[in-house]
Amino acid sequence: MSADKIINLTLKVWRQKGPNAEGKLETYEAKGISQSMSFLEMIDTVNDELVKAGKDPIAFDHDCREGICGMCGAVVNGQAHGPDGGTTLCQLHMRKFNDGDSVVIEPWRSRAFPVIKDLVVDRSSFDRIIASGGFVSVNTGGTPDANALPIPKHDAELSMDAAACIGCGACVAACPNASAMLFVSAKVTQFALLPQGKVEAGERARNMVTTMDEEGFGNCTNIGECEASCPKEISLTNIARLNREFMKATFCSS
Amino acid sequence: MLNSKVPSGNLSEKWDNHKFASKLVNPANKRKYTVIVVGTGLAGGSAAASLAELGYKVKNFCIQDSPRRAHSIAAQGGINAAKNYPNDGDSIFRLFYDTIKGGDYRSREANVYRLAQVSNEIIDQCVAQGIPFAREYGGLLANRSFGGAQVSRTFYARGQTGQQLLLGAYSALMRQVGKGKVELFPRQEMLDLVVIDGHAKGIITRNLVTGKIEKHVADAVVLGTGGYGNLFFLSTNAKNSNVTAAWRAHKKGAFFANPCYTQIHPTCIPVHGDIQSKLTLMSESLRNDGRVWVPKNKDDKRPPSQIPENDRDYYLERRYPSFGNLVPRDVASRNAKMVCDEGKGVNESGLAVYLDFADAIKRDGEHTIREKYGNLFQMYEKITDSNPYKEPMMIYPAVHYTMGGLWVDYNLMSNLDGLFVIGEANFSDHGANRLGASALMQGLADGYFVLPYTIGNYLANVPMNDKYSTDHEEFKIAEQEASDRMKKLVSMKGSKTVDEIHRKLGMAMWEYCGMARNEDGLKKALEVFPEIREEFWKDVNVTGTNEEFNQQLEKANRVADFLELAELFATDALHRNESCGGHFREESQTPEGEAKRNDEEFTYVAAWEFKGVGEKETMHKEDLEFENVKLTQRSYK
Repeated sequence: MSADKIINLTLKVWRQKGPNAEGKLETYEAKGISQSMSFLEMIDTVNDELVKAGKDPIAFDHDCREGICGMCGAVVNGQAHGPDGGTTLCQLHMRKFNDGDSVVIEPWRSRAFPVIKDLVVDRSSFDRIIASGGFVSVNTGGTPDANALPIPKHDAELSMDAAACIGCGACVAACPNASAMLFVSAKVTQFALLPQGKVEAGERARNMVTTMDEEGFGNCTNIGECEASCPKEISLTNIARLNREFMKATFCSS
Repeated sequence: MLNSKVPSGNLSEKWDNHKFASKLVNPANKRKYTVIVVGTGLAGGSAAASLAELGYKVKNFCIQDSPRRAHSIAAQGGINAAKNYPNDGDSIFRLFYDTIKGGDYRSREANVYRLAQVSNEIIDQCVAQGIPFAREYGGLLANRSFGGAQVSRTFYARGQTGQQLLLGAYSALMRQVGKGKVELFPRQEMLDLVVIDGHAKGIITRNLVTGKIEKHVADAVVLGTGGYGNLFFLSTNAKNSNVTAAWRAHKKGAFFANPCYTQIHPTCIPVHGDIQSKLTLMSESLRNDGRVWVPKNKDDKRPPSQIPENDRDYYLERRYPSFGNLVPRDVASRNAKMVCDEGKGVNESGLAVYLDFADAIKRDGEHTIREKYGNLFQMYEKITDSNPYKEPMMIYPAVHYTMGGLWVDYNLMSNLDGLFVIGEANFSDHGANRLGASALMQGLADGYFVLPYTIGNYLANVPMNDKYSTDHEEFKIAEQEASDRMKKLVSMKGSKTVDEIHRKLGMAMWEYCGMARNEDGLKKALEVFPEIREEFWKDVNVTGTNEEFNQQLEKANRVADFLELAELFATDALHRNESCGGHFREESQTPEGEAKRNDEEFTYVAAWEFKGVGEKETMHKEDLEFENVKLTQRSYK
């Protein structure tokens, strides 16, 4: 592990008291930041100072701090989850920043993700999309032996690539249309590639896309920002598969 | 003496007989019963989904913004099952035996056997849900090895098994939410359990967005709220993992069992700096291919690549030739501590050992290693800025899992009628040490395959018209107490931040109640902990108000409970004057430095009854009876 270098930064952070309050960027000095810190530990440090000064600390969602729970996320200098590719905000480290840098930190912005406070947004629209079809309809119990149905390794691997989605919402934040196509397509693809999920593949694609539209997400215009910002590097080809499944279900008779 | 309600009969027949003897609720009547499930992890999520499928009305709560974020998601390596697909001699009895032995003979035989029995169904269930487990080229499921076992019985989905299993349970849950069978309450935290005439009948929660205190009534309450590793401040737990739900139930009469049984996981990224907020686990699966070593000579400061084979000590392979790098976690952790105490530790702090993949990469090629552990290696590099394909990883033990938890009987019901506790939040299956890949197994076993049966037997005895309302006096009292406490926390505006006090507690925990414990240290802990608690209640600064989204208040509310639990933890550790599994008392060790049990005096579960803050709790015992395994000194040589 390399020796820690200490840097100072100027932060411009989106502060918003509540869903209906007006927000604005506030400036804070982040002093004495060790480059071995994570981005969230840097915010912890700033918050510690704010609390000591009796001020309201910056609200931000976070939990596992291992890049897997999908709870954290903010737009840093215009990029969802910051400048490091394939990384959640909690796994972004301060060695990606230089002494004297200005860092603008904003929440995910989308009609379907209303701000709760500061950097915290409401992503329950994602849950409603899953509830409308992001599952295989099996109840607990009475399932066949796990090895009864061989699945080609290649398919299982591709399915796993899609299943790696953590539902953080960076794809929506990065998309100029605030589309949730990458999120929806990852789930549709995971199941469409497996025999267990094929049974309901068409209905699933239709239902999830319908809910996505109802929730106020925009449409996909093949820009690719979603893939570029995705901390799990979920591929755009999933969107192609979603389109195929959706068309099959909508335009072809069974 | 506590009654575990273990059914009579042969070990292998107990569960089937018990299921048959259990009462059933008529399908048409199930919808007349409401069950509250707190937590949406592997245990809570799978239970909520399964109960709703059966027809019960379910109210499901979690503190995160979505049930998909519960900390089960961070489990990496895998899930055990006794499928014996690799034809290497596994069986239900062997999984049972390994788990009992791994737990150092401090768990309940009948529970562990049942766990091994349902393990196979879990894998079937998960595959049917569309979980993309790792497969061989022939299309069948792949297995790998984990510590404490000499068979390959661990199923996995890359290094993200917990994520995939949780998303499976989450999708089953969301399917029921979509059908209107489960009412979901995200961003809600349980603040109290409501007990009416000795029966758990509801909970008090705080809406974390608005700060509103809410009352929820039900016919039974299920806690699947995880472990209390964050007591140590630095742990591999998620930042928001906490003991609050379990602790408030404890204060309402539920016994807390074996609180001192803590798992210190051997392979975590070492501590850096003093602002660090949490520790990161590197999966135990890495020990399949990684070799653990330190320099043979003290204070050898050469970079690892310049230390020749002769000057390296592969201490696990040397001391435990038959299990080698795959000894159980407690043994691996203690050995890492021992070599570091001898001055052979690496890293600037001297508190780390190497986990080296050079041989595996030479043998199998970098591609194969990347395929197996790619995401773990990437995470390691992000955090440490060092490339584990080129340099060995540096690792050190860290608090990871708590085997202790609320006491439950064979039905997973606590001593309070109608309060069920599942997953890591209960105490029952892992004894004094949990084997790798067994937490996922237990969480899903409890939620999918055990609780749905045992809760039915309980509800069948609850009269259908015996309903309470949230206007009941007990609800009002609990609501008032919860509200007063929130107001008190935001009123102090002292000089210490919540984190400062939590860190202080954590450091004291690590020092006195960490990997090795002794009488003097534990007595000292019992002096220090109340002082920190008093400091908190005098001088903590919680900014803002209780009637808004307030993360400082959430944190303070949880730390307040950790401060009380710490005292019980030390009391339990002090009373258990033996070493077993993860509980290592320096006074009780073999000449080789292994944990030495005292079966004559301590073959029991210590279940503690709350008597008031700062008061000594009363201990109740459940004697552990072993009819099917012989208690021996564990040996992994």
